[in-house]
Amino acid sequence: MRLSGRGVRCVRGGREVLSGLDFEVCSGEALAVTGPNGSGKTSLLRIIAGLLALAGGSIDLESGEHELTLAEQVHYLGHRDAMKPALSVLENLSFWRNFLGGDASDPEASLNQVGLGHAAQLPAAYLSAGQRRRLSIARLLAIRRPIWLLDEPTSALDAAGQSLFANLTRDHLARGGLVLAATHAPLGVEARELKIGRES
Amino acid sequence: MTALAALVRRDIRIALRVGGGALIGVLFFLIVVVLMPFAIGPDLALLARLGPAILWLGALLASLLTLDRLFMADHEDGSLDLIVMSRTPLELTCAAKALAHWLAAGLPLIIATPVLGLLLNLDASSTLAVALTLLVGTPALTFTGMIGAALAVTLHRGGLLLAVLVLPLSIPVLIFGVAASEAAISGPLSFGTPFSILCALSLVSFVIGPFAAAASLRQGLD
Repeated sequence: MRLSGRGVRCVRGGREVLSGLDFEVCSGEALAVTGPNGSGKTSLLRIIAGLLALAGGSIDLESGEHELTLAEQVHYLGHRDAMKPALSVLENLSFWRNFLGGDASDPEASLNQVGLGHAAQLPAAYLSAGQRRRLSIARLLAIRRPIWLLDEPTSALDAAGQSLFANLTRDHLARGGLVLAATHAPLGVEARELKIGRES
Repeated sequence: MTALAALVRRDIRIALRVGGGALIGVLFFLIVVVLMPFAIGPDLALLARLGPAILWLGALLASLLTLDRLFMADHEDGSLDLIVMSRTPLELTCAAKALAHWLAAGLPLIIATPVLGLLLNLDASSTLAVALTLLVGTPALTFTGMIGAALAVTLHRGGLLLAVLVLPLSIPVLIFGVAASEAAISGPLSFGTPFSILCALSLVSFVIGPFAAAASLRQGLD
């Protein structure tokens, strides 16, 4: 599986954020997208996820599943965690597992993996920022998707959480997954770096 | 299908929990209708004549009140991104969300109607006629209102805009809803004609609403 972009261009609010960007990620590989604030890291991830329109260039996925679009094979972990405060931790995760469908595993096992097993019945409103992040990460584990798009994945995570996340990412890569992460902090796994944005 | 069933279950569950919107609509409906007899005065004949119109207005405003959160909450917490990216067609997802909203916020209005009919001096058969027209007509309000909710999703405080966008679309439903109720109560028109048109309006909104909402959600992505 190979995800590549050629001459990717993105315009937001009349301002050109990205232009002529080339990138390439293969199975088992992680790409860390780095750059100053406002350089278009999030925009790049959202374009790949199909949440922003591509203003120019192309994005291709080779040897993915033919019947699915790129967005349907992607996990997007954004700034916002897509969890409802009124529902319990387990209800939130079970909903996404049922709604997103596909190759899924037991939500309780995923919660245990990220260290939230004890809080399964707690309403998500009572989780701390780090715990909410762990819950979002549990979503990546509960439903299997080959491509992970991660936007600042380790923000709000404690040291134990960061190493846990590094291990989970390593497992995902070992299974042949690919990872694109917009990040300022090191990911904890071996990753190529894609620098974007103008140096000033 | 499991995906849509999961979405309907989740939305209803959220609406019924603390801070959900299900009760707000019914309470508003209750306030509007309870205040009316005090404003109009103790003229029983007048109350009975205005009854269907008051009930319909109350239901219309109550359903507008809760509609603006239909997509806004999902947009704010990022759920909408995942919903748009999912394998379920967005049109079906929109239809499921509207259905869940109607079950949680629309159906309670219809259940409350018989109680409120007493306050407006409507007899049992008249109340039943109004409840029946509401049962058939309120889904149209939800499904057309969904279009406005989808358009307003990227605007903060889109509530008022929603009302401006949706009200013209709701007027036919209001006209035929009240006409059908009054035909059933006092005649001389037959009940069937306006009631069939009301049914038709609902059916049209089932088709147009999800497609228009999905299109405007896709357009509004940022």
